[in-house]
Amino acid sequence: MTPILDADVMLRAERLAKSFVLHNQGGVRIDVFADLTLDVRRGECLILSGPSGAGKSSLLRSLYANYKPQSGAVLVRHGTEIVDLCTAEPYRILEVRRRTLGYVSQFLRVIPRVPTLDLVTAPLTDRGVDPDEARERAGTLLARLRIPPALWRLPPATFSGGEQQRVNIAMTFVQDYPILLLDEPTASLDVENRWTVTDLIAEACKRGAAVVGIFHDAEVRAAVGTRSYDLDGGRQAA
Amino acid sequence: MTGERAPLLKVRDLSHRYGRNLGCRDVSFDLHPGEVLGIVGESGSGKTTLLKCVSGQLQPTTGSISYRTRDVGPVDVYGMSEARRRLLMRTDWGIVYQNARDGLRMKVSAGANVGERLMAIGDRHYGHIRAEAVDWLERVEMDLGRIDDLPATFSGGMQQRLQIARNLVTKPRLVFMDEPTSGLDVSVQARLLDLIRGLVGSLGIACVVVTHDLGVVRLLSHRLMVMKGGDVVEHGLTDQVLDDPQHPYTQLLVSSILPV
Repeated sequence: MTPILDADVMLRAERLAKSFVLHNQGGVRIDVFADLTLDVRRGECLILSGPSGAGKSSLLRSLYANYKPQSGAVLVRHGTEIVDLCTAEPYRILEVRRRTLGYVSQFLRVIPRVPTLDLVTAPLTDRGVDPDEARERAGTLLARLRIPPALWRLPPATFSGGEQQRVNIAMTFVQDYPILLLDEPTASLDVENRWTVTDLIAEACKRGAAVVGIFHDAEVRAAVGTRSYDLDGGRQAA
Repeated sequence: MTGERAPLLKVRDLSHRYGRNLGCRDVSFDLHPGEVLGIVGESGSGKTTLLKCVSGQLQPTTGSISYRTRDVGPVDVYGMSEARRRLLMRTDWGIVYQNARDGLRMKVSAGANVGERLMAIGDRHYGHIRAEAVDWLERVEMDLGRIDDLPATFSGGMQQRLQIARNLVTKPRLVFMDEPTSGLDVSVQARLLDLIRGLVGSLGIACVVVTHDLGVVRLLSHRLMVMKGGDVVEHGLTDQVLDDPQHPYTQLLVSSILPV
């Protein structure tokens, strides 16, 4: 049976549970969250809040299918379909990530020795955008994020932390994802760049994207957040 | 499922025994067009046995392998005649070996190594064959000044690139790779991986890549299978298996990567 979502719900976590069993450390089991249900609607920016270790990143990664929840469903509106990332085949999950679900992690992880401009262009050319147009869009965004054109031809491995983070942001924001998952995208940025990223997030919401984010900076939270979801960190060993 | 959504390769309950010794046991998976499947595990885990079985080089003891051909749809890889299977392997499939000497003809030039595969499928026009060979050597970033040299005079990285060109010239839909980068310097590895990734992605080729290097599968493969003692112990989306491993052996494998 195809699951049904309200027309403006883009993403739903349904009775989601995540725990880790560390087999090589005496089989310790860590319960991160259980029976977690939440909806994210078009145009809203949902802030995940809670103390460090409460499971914010684990939830975000579970929503991206990077972590494997023990039970429950992650329902994503992918075009005209609803896909459950907890049961979908890997190639389907990758299709959803290519077109629908964008994710910005705290760290840049890319193929070594590929120039920055190519990294930001690739997500567009992968989905069939004309290479010239893709390069132009990538360049515009890199410039907006204050990456000097002299650096575009270099791989980002030697860049500063803040520059790498901005490349990371550019790789996701270069296309207009319907859903964005953001794990502290502004953490290592200076004030000016932080506001540029805040603007990008606000613009994404305005065009109807559903955003879920973790932000440590209270000002950023206040600027972009429309609602917040509190994880209280129910970390008891079972 | 129809059209391009249908799996290209269907492997069901595949087992292989060497006499009383187990190669691999009860392996099942589907491979979709354009999908890259990584198989990792330590030496003796059965990964190379599995690769040989699914690539038509070693008949499994039990189980079935079905390949969806362009013309007549799914066929049983070991049910067809030897001749038909060889034709399939020359045209629709490619195999990149760990040791380039197993995949290249060392006594003929680089250009001939690439051209030979075209002649094997019936191309007889010298000018066309030469042009295709040049085009492919360029695509794998080989120095065209070396086109008439013997592969034996090439470095390991160049031999590997030549092997890739030789395989891709017939525009295969499925390529098998056995440790394609493991004999190479790290600096050469990164470029070769990027090259393979680019080619496989832009041509939409499905791949099965066997390696013991988790870095290789993270870069190349969409889906990952972890083998131990002949069994598949974990199977899923590559980044999920590496970042949230469920099986004790996968957890051990992932936590054993040396930090750089």
